[in-house]
Amino acid sequence: MPTLSPLPHTLQAPLGQDWLRSLLEACPGAVAAAATADPLQAERSAARLVLRNSGLPGRRQEAWRFTNLAPLLALAPQPLAPPADQQPSLPPPATQTFRLDLADHDAIASSSWPEGIERVDGPDLEGVLGRVLTDTGANGDWAVTLNSAIAPGVLALRIRGAVRPCLELVSQAGPRAGVLPLRLLLLLEEGAALTLLQVHQATGPSLTSVVMEIALGRDARLQHALVARGADDSALLAVTAVRQAPGSHYAHASLCSGWGLARQEPVILQSDGQASTRLRGLHWLEGQQISDTHSRVRFGGPEGTLDQLHKVVADGESRSVFNGCVQVPRQAQRTAAAQLSRGLLLSERARIDTKPELEIVADDVRCTHGATISRLREEQLFYLRSRGIAAGQASRLLLRGFCEEVRAELPDAAGVWTPLSFLHPEVRRP
Amino acid sequence: MIRPDAPTLLEITNLHAQIDDQPILHGVNLTIRAGEIHALMGRNGSGKSTLSKILAGHPAYTVTAGSVRFEGEDLLALSPEERARRGVFLGFQYPVEIPGVSNLEFLRVATNARRQQMGEEELDTFSFEDLVRERLGVVQMDPAFLDRSVNEGFSGGEKKRNEILQMALLTPQVAILDETDSGLDIDALRIVAGGVCQLAGPNNATLLITHYQRLLDAITPDFVHVMAAGRILRTGGKELALELEQRGYDWVDEDLAALQATAPVETR
Repeated sequence: MPTLSPLPHTLQAPLGQDWLRSLLEACPGAVAAAATADPLQAERSAARLVLRNSGLPGRRQEAWRFTNLAPLLALAPQPLAPPADQQPSLPPPATQTFRLDLADHDAIASSSWPEGIERVDGPDLEGVLGRVLTDTGANGDWAVTLNSAIAPGVLALRIRGAVRPCLELVSQAGPRAGVLPLRLLLLLEEGAALTLLQVHQATGPSLTSVVMEIALGRDARLQHALVARGADDSALLAVTAVRQAPGSHYAHASLCSGWGLARQEPVILQSDGQASTRLRGLHWLEGQQISDTHSRVRFGGPEGTLDQLHKVVADGESRSVFNGCVQVPRQAQRTAAAQLSRGLLLSERARIDTKPELEIVADDVRCTHGATISRLREEQLFYLRSRGIAAGQASRLLLRGFCEEVRAELPDAAGVWTPLSFLHPEVRRP
Repeated sequence: MIRPDAPTLLEITNLHAQIDDQPILHGVNLTIRAGEIHALMGRNGSGKSTLSKILAGHPAYTVTAGSVRFEGEDLLALSPEERARRGVFLGFQYPVEIPGVSNLEFLRVATNARRQQMGEEELDTFSFEDLVRERLGVVQMDPAFLDRSVNEGFSGGEKKRNEILQMALLTPQVAILDETDSGLDIDALRIVAGGVCQLAGPNNATLLITHYQRLLDAITPDFVHVMAAGRILRTGGKELALELEQRGYDWVDEDLAALQATAPVETR
């Protein structure tokens, strides 16, 4: 009689399972006192259950095919240690900027918010938390699951009317080792307007894990900038899930450099169409850095617009991945979506993988996509040199020009962070 | 203005050159003295633009024989930026767009590179703005173009004005203008030609590459050269251009055929 052979004892546990289990043990969850209900409780328990029995996503998952998460295993599986005294100081904020240090829970609790911004908690929060993640489908992303499992709390803000100062949310892992989970929720009421600058910095062996949910009410406008600068041994996993009501405008500009591993996932849903979305991204890569952007924009109704530009400069042996998904279902007639990815290769050994992914069912739409990967253009170099500009300086000017297109879309408040600090000082703008 | 005693600025001797193993120039000879305006005419593909790019140092072309001396020095030994700093200027037929680099900054960096070479003081942003605003008048250009990216989204005419503006700032010894008149309407042509005339003086020289007499109506050349199959076939005064205008290039073909019968050149 044939028998089923038992599973071999040598079957290996999934890659990273031990690391994840250690991390879960070290991050028990809520920091809030037991007296107040923990809004993340249910989500956290579910996420921990998933992670406990799995490993890191690997090449077999399409969404992670090109991005090896193994560098995470070199990080200490524990929450980031409290800041030491010699924490790098932050540049003073620009004028008309309201800055909040995301790791400073006391400051968050006692903050007196600018007019038009208020914290959301208690039953109010329970009704809205996680909704955008679910609606956009981002709740299934591994980076969200990880964040849900370890984030101790959530900062949730409601925006009413046009908020005057730029809201600046900053995390500074500095040289510390460990994992920094950040969970944010932003609700823009009907007609609200806000400029948001999100800054993440790290100089040591750490993972910054950010999940931000944003709900834009009718005719709301959000200018959202992200400046993220890391180091070779630091990692960033950033998920931004946005749900847009009709008439709303969401503009996102992100500038990312220095991270050994950086993954960004902007996931946008125009729930009933008729909204506009503008995405701008620039990644600067050197050495053996890996950067991965997986974006997804879904039009849930007609007459929505998307204008997306993803740029990358890859030097050394770095690797860039871009996957831009645009979903235009039957109900999304008269959608106008344009997506362009532009890569600049500075070295023979750098690598850029770029893939548009258009799923179009509606028949009356205008959707374009394009991708270019090139070196610095010989004709541009020659033109500058023919005007007396030395070859080296000409290259640096061209590189800055390439970056400038995205930098120009950052709000003024971003200037204090010198977002193009990776450029040669000679061509840096003051 | 022809002065036999004027110093020679540019001396091209038996220049042969190729691109991607494809020979294009087959022995160009041309001498340009200070104060002179030369026009170089010829059909598309005759080698005019190639000659201009080689003089400016375009890396895609290889000189296989011959020499070019600029103010007595070996021009071909210099990098493109060195040539520009010493006073060789190429006005591009298709000026290149450079997104993200402001026109004003580009002009300032280029002007200062040239000034440094001439032993003049570098200009800071403020003094440079004064200078550039004054020079804008040469081509009647809107100052708004200074704040835009180099040539980006400029119309054909605006690009050509921007070329002449660069020439006005760099004050070259030898200006080579490659089809500066192409794509210009009558008004733009008049403005651009006016700019070139203003900048031409007894101590510099101009080489105009053109297809059409209409540019030469506005800028009177001292010499007209006709190029075909990678060499200069005929040289004359301004009347040669008028003759070309009337008779077309057919006789050039006849000349060329006769020449090739006696001394065959490698053709494409």
